[in-house]
Amino acid sequence: MKGLLALIGRDLKLATRVGGDALTLVLFFVMVGAIVPFAIGPDRETLARLAPGIVWIAAFLSMILGLDRLFRTDVEDGSLMLFRHAALSLESISFAKLVAHWLLTALPLIIATPILAILLAMDFSTWLRTVLSLLVGTPALVAFGTIGAAVTVSLRRGGLIAPVLILPLSIPVLIFGVSAIAADTGAGTSAAALLFMAAISLVSVALSPFIAALALRLVED
Amino acid sequence: MNFATILSPRSLKVSGLACRRGERVLFEGLDFEVAPAEITLLRGPNGAGKTTLLLCLAGLMRPTAGSINFSGRDPERRPDSDIGFLGHLSAIKTRLTLTENLRFWAAVNEVSPALIEPALEAVGLAPLAGLDAGHLSAGQTRRLALARLILSDRPIWLLDEPTAALDADGDLLVAGLIDSHLDRGGMAVAATHYDLALKNPARVKTLPIGRRP
Repeated sequence: MKGLLALIGRDLKLATRVGGDALTLVLFFVMVGAIVPFAIGPDRETLARLAPGIVWIAAFLSMILGLDRLFRTDVEDGSLMLFRHAALSLESISFAKLVAHWLLTALPLIIATPILAILLAMDFSTWLRTVLSLLVGTPALVAFGTIGAAVTVSLRRGGLIAPVLILPLSIPVLIFGVSAIAADTGAGTSAAALLFMAAISLVSVALSPFIAALALRLVED
Repeated sequence: MNFATILSPRSLKVSGLACRRGERVLFEGLDFEVAPAEITLLRGPNGAGKTTLLLCLAGLMRPTAGSINFSGRDPERRPDSDIGFLGHLSAIKTRLTLTENLRFWAAVNEVSPALIEPALEAVGLAPLAGLDAGHLSAGQTRRLALARLILSDRPIWLLDEPTAALDADGDLLVAGLIDSHLDRGGMAVAATHYDLALKNPARVKTLPIGRRP
């Protein structure tokens, strides 16, 4: 447990000291949301109706953008090699990386949603539901991302392969994520969508460290 | 040093080991044994397969044939956590201070953080403990990696060019560290181009690696 927290703490410390990464992701997230009105026109009603989908796609794209960094630096400086001899198991290490990555890529986006809510003419209750659906759904995206990053870690230029691998896996999250926000689906449906998404998140967060560790063990230098 | 305990004895038996990189066979039919409190030095020209052999021993690479057996392992623990590996890559985060780097590895390897200071002292980096590791020179980074090696307190040491980038003092330091490791009953395999000034030549074996092309 101590090693787990130390790893999460180290990743957070490194991210804040190197700086910029989390902010760039947030800027990207806001900008994707900001360019949509230019593409589909400034009609407030259309925008408000499309807002849940736009927010989810923006979040999805920005999280994919940061995926490659999950294990990359640890591979390049040799830390991963030593992780394989650590007293802490690779499964725990993958889980700690997952948690740190969620804190660094998903949480800042959720904090930045009010900006998108204003840009996309969302009302307050829709925004609340958006935050809730992102909170419940993004762990699944990070979990799939951890698997993708672990599988492609030995490819020197694997930056684009991981997103392509995990995109199909993430479709259910997107479907339930959007229907958990959308107002016209009715209260019962959105609650059910939220529960489904929670189930996907819980299962994927529980299983992905094992899959990622398996992939990391197969890495040969 | 504060590491007073005797290490549990481990020995190594390698038989018929073969390894290839791509099409090229680096070595085959390699047999050797390393007893507790002994060190085996791997000798050979560049590209002979010394690093590859160490990676195989560390379980980071799969050999094409042959077997590697470490005996005396504790079945209750994960087998990998017996090994202290010192490779070409430093695994040091440049934006963390020396102490933060070591504290992280101490936590991951479940050793007491109280041992960090003695470890830094042993490699002569104690005055720089609060400095960002990015400001260290190549040799100092190597010393920090050595500090992590003694900190992780493993009975089996696999060292790849332990004296790389080190000054004359550093060479003596490495020899001293290996000597005290062997004194405590640990075993080691090291790839090196230089003669280490080890105090007891009876504990040192040399293994030539590689075949003529």
